[in-house]
Amino acid sequence: MPISDWFKAREVRKYTSTSADMPGELPDGVWVKCPSCKHTLYQGDLDRAGDVCLHCGHHFDIDAPRRIAMLADEGTFQETEAGLTSVDPLRFKAAKPYTGSLEKARALSGLPEAIVTGRALVGGHPVMLGVMDFRFIAASMGSAVGEKIARAFRLAGQEQRAVIMVTRSGGARMQEGMLSLMQMAKTAAETERFARQGLPYISVLANPTMGGVTASFAVLADVIYAEPGALIGFAGQRIIEQTIRQSLPKNFRTAEYFEEYGMIDAVVPRGELHSTIALTLDYLAGPGVPNASEGAACPTGLDGGEL
Amino acid sequence: MARFVMEFERPLAELEEKLAELKRLDIAATIQLSDEIAGLEREIDKLRDTLYAALSPWEKVQVSRHPERPKTQDYVEMLFDDVIELHGDRTFGDDEAIMIALATLDGRRCMVIGHRKGKNTKENIKRNFGSPHPEGFRKARRAMKMAEKFNLPVVSLIDTQGAFPGLEAEQRGQAWVIAENLATLASLRTPVVAVGIGEGGSGGALAIGFGDRLIMLENAYYSVITPEACASIIFKDATRAPEAAPCLAMTADDLMRLGIADEIVREPLGGAHRDPAIVYASVARAITSALDELCGKDIDDVLAKRYDRLAMTGVFSEGE
Ligand SMILES: [Zn+2]
Repeated sequence: MPISDWFKAREVRKYTSTSADMPGELPDGVWVKCPSCKHTLYQGDLDRAGDVCLHCGHHFDIDAPRRIAMLADEGTFQETEAGLTSVDPLRFKAAKPYTGSLEKARALSGLPEAIVTGRALVGGHPVMLGVMDFRFIAASMGSAVGEKIARAFRLAGQEQRAVIMVTRSGGARMQEGMLSLMQMAKTAAETERFARQGLPYISVLANPTMGGVTASFAVLADVIYAEPGALIGFAGQRIIEQTIRQSLPKNFRTAEYFEEYGMIDAVVPRGELHSTIALTLDYLAGPGVPNASEGAACPTGLDGGEL
Repeated sequence: MARFVMEFERPLAELEEKLAELKRLDIAATIQLSDEIAGLEREIDKLRDTLYAALSPWEKVQVSRHPERPKTQDYVEMLFDDVIELHGDRTFGDDEAIMIALATLDGRRCMVIGHRKGKNTKENIKRNFGSPHPEGFRKARRAMKMAEKFNLPVVSLIDTQGAFPGLEAEQRGQAWVIAENLATLASLRTPVVAVGIGEGGSGGALAIGFGDRLIMLENAYYSVITPEACASIIFKDATRAPEAAPCLAMTADDLMRLGIADEIVREPLGGAHRDPAIVYASVARAITSALDELCGKDIDDVLAKRYDRLAMTGVFSEGE
């Protein structure tokens, strides 16, 4: 689907992911209540603010097309592997048949799969951009998602591009059983291969990033950024509570929490993500970037030093 | 010795109890019961054959969790010589849910890495029921890197319900260490033979549990999620795990069908705990033949094949 269609689809989107405490009488898509500070926001204002609450800075969950529009330099995104989609290899039909979930996800999101990948420029740097969409079966990683990620890394290697992955996921896609679990090893293997080419990989952990996605390609980046308030972790919140039989601290496993524990590089507000990634690439991405050879002075101590 | 009775074995256990009682009466010579005993023995044999002939996925899960099932420590003791157990992750602590050891299998020097469950409650508490914390995975990674440095093949023994889902485990980066182990295993410049000996629970199993070969014991399972956790998600009811288990394609046969496992080691009727000696011998044979095949090869070829194995894993549609 061309990106223009995504935007059309976006116009009818509902804020399902934050609707839990929204008053029912507000018409969809016009007014939105901030789940954090409870202020009512005009959607036009919210859109202009990048879906960040103008009162408290709460970051609303956003879908993949919107994210791509915010991150890629204008008009540069070209989707890859749009035809690569999930099938139902195990004929999974406990409670809900997997095929039905897939159909529903496609209708709800207007996307063929839970991750959108493509070539783009970010701050002029050629990148492969991968963005997960939570509306698609909680952006869980099955065979198709794993394969799209693998191909994104391979293509980036071939074309000397940096990789940017924006993750949001409930984890593995259990409807694909072991095939899904193995995508963790498969994507990790690709990050490892990619790293050996000296090309940069930056991940952005958005709300929420959990389970097998966190525990594979998401945290294997050279630089890990996260959005404010994003929930990040491995085990599910309920399973931990059941295991340790106590309720969890309020800030447990937020982006800020993991910044404090040294597990991510920085919490970056959505409005600063594009410029932060572009600047990071200025440092890490070789091709097409003005560097020391074009006359910029090397920092003292690195000049001509042999390692 | 009173054997731990799995749920599905109960009808058999009841007959066996009855038989024991008859034998006691017979010995006491109060009445001649040889006909009854013989009849009951036939009945038991028949039931045992049907009961164990084709275990359901959920029954296999129970067998894989049997408290008397051979564990990592048993395999290390029974299969390997000159064992030197190593300890600690050099960062935080020594997680006993993971065992690492230099060990020799019929003349072949190896690095063994395994999830370590206990045999009793006391051992299990010390070993956290085989569910590692981040330091356990780091300990395993240390062993992997050491194996690479000294050209020792890795033999990994998979037996865990999963990485420990606790507050401190998450705080110390459970997801990060698992991811690092995956990347390390995918690129480790020494052969890796993984063996599913019991439970293979999700990322915590995978973090030591893949490589150039995957050998599965007949009743071992390897799954993206435990059947209980799956049932609690899809049915909102963990007790419906028996219904979830067959959906997850988690048995050794399923893994063969999906091209993820390479070989199944058969177990004695009823499970490995019924005759561990036979199982040790077959597991040893399976590992040695895998090692012999891999260790003679150029490591670059081995790594290329390992990568291809992973790259080929997945079923999807390419569209039109
Ligand atoms: Zn707010």
